[in-house]
Amino acid sequence: MLNVAVVRFPGSNCDFDTLRAVERAGANAFFVWHRDASLNGADAVILPGGFSYGDYLRSGAIARFSPVMQAVQRHVVDGGPVLGICNGFQILCEAHLLPGALMRNAGLAFVSKPVDVIVERADTPFTSAYPAGSRLRLPVAHGDGRFVAGEDTLRMLEAEGRVVLRYVAATESSPLQPNPNGSARHIAGISNASGTVVGIMPHPERVADSLLGPPDGHGFFTSLAAWRPRASKLNVPSR
Amino acid sequence: MSYRVHVRVMPRTGLLDPQGQAVEHALGALGFGEAGGVRIGRAIELEVAAPTRADAESRVRQMCDKLLANPVTEDYLLQVEER
Repeated sequence: MLNVAVVRFPGSNCDFDTLRAVERAGANAFFVWHRDASLNGADAVILPGGFSYGDYLRSGAIARFSPVMQAVQRHVVDGGPVLGICNGFQILCEAHLLPGALMRNAGLAFVSKPVDVIVERADTPFTSAYPAGSRLRLPVAHGDGRFVAGEDTLRMLEAEGRVVLRYVAATESSPLQPNPNGSARHIAGISNASGTVVGIMPHPERVADSLLGPPDGHGFFTSLAAWRPRASKLNVPSR
Repeated sequence: MSYRVHVRVMPRTGLLDPQGQAVEHALGALGFGEAGGVRIGRAIELEVAAPTRADAESRVRQMCDKLLANPVTEDYLLQVEER
């Protein structure tokens, strides 16, 4: 069974929902504290939503220097999967594990509502359960969710197929407005080049149980539960 | 020597600054229609022990590049004072 570490920073508040969503998907989940220097043997890591360190200075800026983030950096170098949800996405950008930055919403208001997104990259450890092009309805809840990056970076993300989720326009069956925060190119989530590190603003863990409505977010966690390290990784001597 | 360093961190020119826009609208509503180009950043002050002014400035630049400013979205200016 896959071992998944959910990192808790002071101010994390989606940690229990995330832990539960991972367990429901059939993986083993446990908490790792921000002061821990080790991930306790985790195969995958999730940085949950919240307001780590009170969002002081910039969202995610202080969390980046937590001892546990050194372990996360090593985990990424080793090819291990990492998902950052909301504040976790902000931390991954501040830690330069993903490009770009998340700035104050264009409308200034904290936005808490469901949005429609398209899954554009389905070959990551977190989205493999969705057919590419799937339309999901997921909640967002953030004040700093406007994805910003230089034109060169945006072009690279598009060219390399690294946009994982994109806000989509309303349709007749969907009264929702697209792009709740003014993100560049309606980007709601991106990945690193290999797809192992993913950051998303919406909260799949809040819609991972059919008790709470259509479980559109469950697939992020079933994708992960089914993920296995590539065998080749085990045969490659460490450099 | 001890130096007091004033750091001014501003959103990069050309990036949307919704806080600045909101304040500009509020100023207009208050009758200050002549105000424009409002931008909102952050001021940070700190004391630094360093052998010379140039050393103090160099160290604070490193602090800005690593933590105080986000290189993707912000620019910064330093002002160094002897204490």
